[in-house]
Amino acid sequence: MLSQESLQQIDREIAKYPSDQKQSAVMAALRIAQVEKGWLPKELIEFVARYLDMPPIAAFEVASFYNMYDLHPVGRHKITVCTNLPCALSGGVHAGEYLRQKLGIGFNETTPDGKFTLKEGECMGACGDAPVLLVNNHHMCSWMTTEKIDQMLADLDKK
Amino acid sequence: MILAGCDGDRTWRLQDYVARGGYAALRRIVAEKIPQDTIIGELKTSVLRGRGGAGFPTGLKWSFMPRSFPGDKYLACNSDEGEPGTFKDRDILRYNPHSVIEGMAIAAYAMGAARGYNYIHGEIFEVYQRFEEALAEARAAGLIGQNILGSDFSFELFAHHGYGAYICGEETALLESIEGKKGQPRFKPPFPASYGLYGKPTTINNTETFASVPFIMNMGGEAFLNLGKPNNGGMKLFSVSGHVNRPGNYEIPLGTPFSELLEMAGGMRGGRKLKAVIPGGSSAPVVPGSVMMDCTMDYDSISKAGSMLGSGAVIVMDETTCMVKALERLSYFYFEESCGQCTPCREGTGWLYRVVHRIENGLGRPDDLDLLNSVTANIMGRTICALGDAASMPVQSFVKHFGAEFEYHIENKKCLVPPEVQRAGSQIYVSPSC
Repeated sequence: MLSQESLQQIDREIAKYPSDQKQSAVMAALRIAQVEKGWLPKELIEFVARYLDMPPIAAFEVASFYNMYDLHPVGRHKITVCTNLPCALSGGVHAGEYLRQKLGIGFNETTPDGKFTLKEGECMGACGDAPVLLVNNHHMCSWMTTEKIDQMLADLDKK
Repeated sequence: MILAGCDGDRTWRLQDYVARGGYAALRRIVAEKIPQDTIIGELKTSVLRGRGGAGFPTGLKWSFMPRSFPGDKYLACNSDEGEPGTFKDRDILRYNPHSVIEGMAIAAYAMGAARGYNYIHGEIFEVYQRFEEALAEARAAGLIGQNILGSDFSFELFAHHGYGAYICGEETALLESIEGKKGQPRFKPPFPASYGLYGKPTTINNTETFASVPFIMNMGGEAFLNLGKPNNGGMKLFSVSGHVNRPGNYEIPLGTPFSELLEMAGGMRGGRKLKAVIPGGSSAPVVPGSVMMDCTMDYDSISKAGSMLGSGAVIVMDETTCMVKALERLSYFYFEESCGQCTPCREGTGWLYRVVHRIENGLGRPDDLDLLNSVTANIMGRTICALGDAASMPVQSFVKHFGAEFEYHIENKKCLVPPEVQRAGSQIYVSPSC
């Protein structure tokens, strides 16, 4: 269900923990699975659970507890904007409004062409870089003025 | 101290850290076989207090570890930095990752732990990758792993990446998360020093705490203490955000006047008037600007002002801020991040948010402030972890210090600060130096 490369990455994570504690790698394994498949359908979570010798329900508990796992399909690029108080004082809310207007969608929605999903996020631990956006969970964009947002969307559009 | 001599993304590698004097402390400890008690004693002298928020003396915490316990013992570094306003550990990890690695290795030596994990906040994946690279450098140089620097001391260290849950910054939730479970805090006691990761003795410290250890070992506990003020040893990183000209991290001696820190951060944006400050991360009670201007930045002074130094996250708000709206956003955060385990927190945080939300939206009722106080009183002290308290303290302090603004909202069904003024004050702002 997962590529050889993903499985190798998961094996490297398993090796970080004591040999009788494979379950410790579940967060990393779900992340790696999500990167390959775009989101986490039920069958994929079950596959990860079996790979780590843990009950599927325990893997599902993890997948549904941490908010960066996507249990439903998302667009090719997921953009999460922080609107928490420290960011909001430096334009986080305005950045979110600008993105909604540019993409023509609301939070938790995906553009009709399936390219972009927009999310409102909680504190990313980068308040000094406000406005802050996270692209596809793993790439942080700092000091996002409207000009930089335009540039970012144009770059992502080509990918 | 920790960030001194660091030049952003250019000087984080092992060779740069060594050039700054890095790993000298670990080398000396291993070569001279310095006794564990000497190291812990030095930390006690330094009065290094936990930099994650609670301010618990680190030396004392380390002395709780049952060093003679023959089985596995663990260390965990809490880099799950998600408290609104706090962004210092991210800079330590990306600009000086080896200071954390060396600090953890010294801690492992002092407590007899053979394995450690650094739990890194989900949203900073790029920093997690850099820390992994730094670990690989340290491993290749024999600074972590088996028989460190040719001695009989071994310590394995790994990075664990979170995936978006504020609660995992709570130390027992963090341990549950490393075990591959939902991050729901454990009941204490037993404390982690006796029952921690995988049920073994474990010590958890914040990133900045570990990063301070090599410096204390090099300069001596006394010298470190003297950098700060009595009972508040050393330097501390302060993350300044909000309505200032230069948001960012500032590493200054504990006891520095708030007014100086504000000046370092470029002063108030647009020359506007200071209204309020949250001095220690979103969970710390808000302090009116005038009171804050008389405070020094240390645990005792901020505590005297009725708040907490917490993680050192200073959120600055000017006169364009609507305090009801500010609290509404914070209350939503705690509602969203409550793990749902304890009823008072799970139900209470939602209740707090809904009441503040209705006040902000002109639907407040005359007895809503009493209701808010009553709900917080029924959350505090009645939950397994401190998230319930963390959600309550902002509410209590906002209502206490800015009650008139809340009452104005309820009576007039609108903000005291006109919406266009609020909008202008919260425009996208990026410091020209960025």
